[in-house]
Amino acid sequence: MNYVIIGNSVAAVGAVEGIRKHDKTTPIVIISDEPYHTYPRPLISYYLGGKVKEENMYYRNRDFYRANNVEPILGVKAQRLDVDKKEVLLQDGRRINYSKLLIATGGKPLIPPLEGIDKQNIFNFSKLDDVKNIEKVAEKGSRAIVVGASFSGLKAVEALVERGVRVTVIDILDRIMPRVFDETASQMAQKTLEKYGVEVLLETTVQKIVGNKTASGVLLKDGSELACDFIILAMGVRCNIDLVKDTKININRGIIVDNKMRTNVSDVYAAGDVTEGFNFIEQRNTEIPIIPNAYKQGETAGENMAGAEKIFDRGFIMNSMPLLDLSIVSAGVSAPGEGINIKTIYDQEKSVYKKFYIKNNELVGYLLINDIDRAGIYTDLIKRKVDISSFEEKLGEDGFGFISLPKVLRKHILLEGGFS
Amino acid sequence: MDNFNTASRKRIYAKEEVCVGCRLCEIYCIAAHSEYRHDLIKTFKKLPKRPLPRIVVEEDRPLSFGLQCRHCDEPECVKACITGAMQKDAQAGIVINDIERCIGCWTCILTCPYGVIMRDYNSKKVASKCDLCIENDIEPACVKNCPNEALYINASS
Repeated sequence: MNYVIIGNSVAAVGAVEGIRKHDKTTPIVIISDEPYHTYPRPLISYYLGGKVKEENMYYRNRDFYRANNVEPILGVKAQRLDVDKKEVLLQDGRRINYSKLLIATGGKPLIPPLEGIDKQNIFNFSKLDDVKNIEKVAEKGSRAIVVGASFSGLKAVEALVERGVRVTVIDILDRIMPRVFDETASQMAQKTLEKYGVEVLLETTVQKIVGNKTASGVLLKDGSELACDFIILAMGVRCNIDLVKDTKININRGIIVDNKMRTNVSDVYAAGDVTEGFNFIEQRNTEIPIIPNAYKQGETAGENMAGAEKIFDRGFIMNSMPLLDLSIVSAGVSAPGEGINIKTIYDQEKSVYKKFYIKNNELVGYLLINDIDRAGIYTDLIKRKVDISSFEEKLGEDGFGFISLPKVLRKHILLEGGFS
Repeated sequence: MDNFNTASRKRIYAKEEVCVGCRLCEIYCIAAHSEYRHDLIKTFKKLPKRPLPRIVVEEDRPLSFGLQCRHCDEPECVKACITGAMQKDAQAGIVINDIERCIGCWTCILTCPYGVIMRDYNSKKVASKCDLCIENDIEPACVKNCPNEALYINASS
């Protein structure tokens, strides 16, 4: 009996901790093509920005593998998967057999088929090695173009600003963070970026990358050319399903899992950004590529692999993103839709924006800019499917809290485990 | 090794019926976490920058009550933390934020169902929360100093 986990980030760690809740001894093997001790991918922007040093890029303590009886096989790619033989073939020729397998291979950056894409000084923004390479060219006063104004692109922009790099960020859509922001929020973010000297170009695309061996600029849709010293591509992430493509494991965009994180093949589980799991808001399977989801899916997979019965069916998109001096949090629904009522509060003077999405008397999503304190109460209202009709007008008010809730509900939540 | 099985569990609860909203819990919490440890006078007279209170007092007169970290068995903040700074100490049964590793991404604030993790911009951007006064090895200062016994500890094992 053994457990094998392919992947070494958040979902993998969640799985180890989930397995060890129930099974303290059976060996676990972790396989990863990256040579590093487990680290969280989103930390790369903080590394690039100089806020986190490489020695602090760890998700769990240095003795994590030893303490959990994990054999890490790092820097070696899992090349092929044979689910009939229950075997993983490694790049170096080794064959690893498993009793229970978890696939937690995460996502991989989308690379557009652009002319000139193979030039030097064009980087993805996904792994530690990416920022180690970017670091070499991101000198003070250098010029960068970041393609993509969503989460990871904006975190790249922030890090570059902190390094004193002159940045232009480009997006094909008419807004910053188009999946989360409306026009007002987008304009707030744009103003902040511009205040820090960032040039924001929306509704445009890169036609080709120019330069000799090294990228020296881009040609935009309107025919204008923009010079730069390097380019970061942050145009989105796809599920990294390379390993399972030619197996019987069901995939759509990601690996399809049930709410125990099982795939359709017995003893094969999947968790994290590589999956399409149940989305509580959308009530169907979707990609939910965020850390809290990766951890919980991993933990759930681990517990079930170890023979427990654990269900996770509350996953949905939520994000917190400080961007320069803005604080932004959002969860759940982020666009208008049928049956959805929207409540907005905008205090231009204080630079505070709040938006709530309400459906059938339940909170189904929200966006908060700057006044983000106690946001988790809203997240919990979504998860609990609380009928908010008796206090809907108080959402987003200063001082909103449990005091705004009906007494019975407040006591129910606050006295769980206490006495009333 | 096992992050979520707690050896002991201590939680602070409030009796909203007897809370008078005096906010002494905040004052004593600030002092307990200041460099003058529990010395109210020195904390408030000598420190230009005082720590944030780690207790939230909700108030809408005549109702008020204090609220602090519940040190959950299944802590959302720990599972959501993007750096691994937020951890559950199984032995002590408390959730602690390692401020050396915290980068102030506020994902814990996004996920804490009680809304009791605060942004602390005082020293650097880190998340601040109740530590049950564990470092001081005393009864939590808020509970000890509540004049109306509106805060109480519920311990179980």
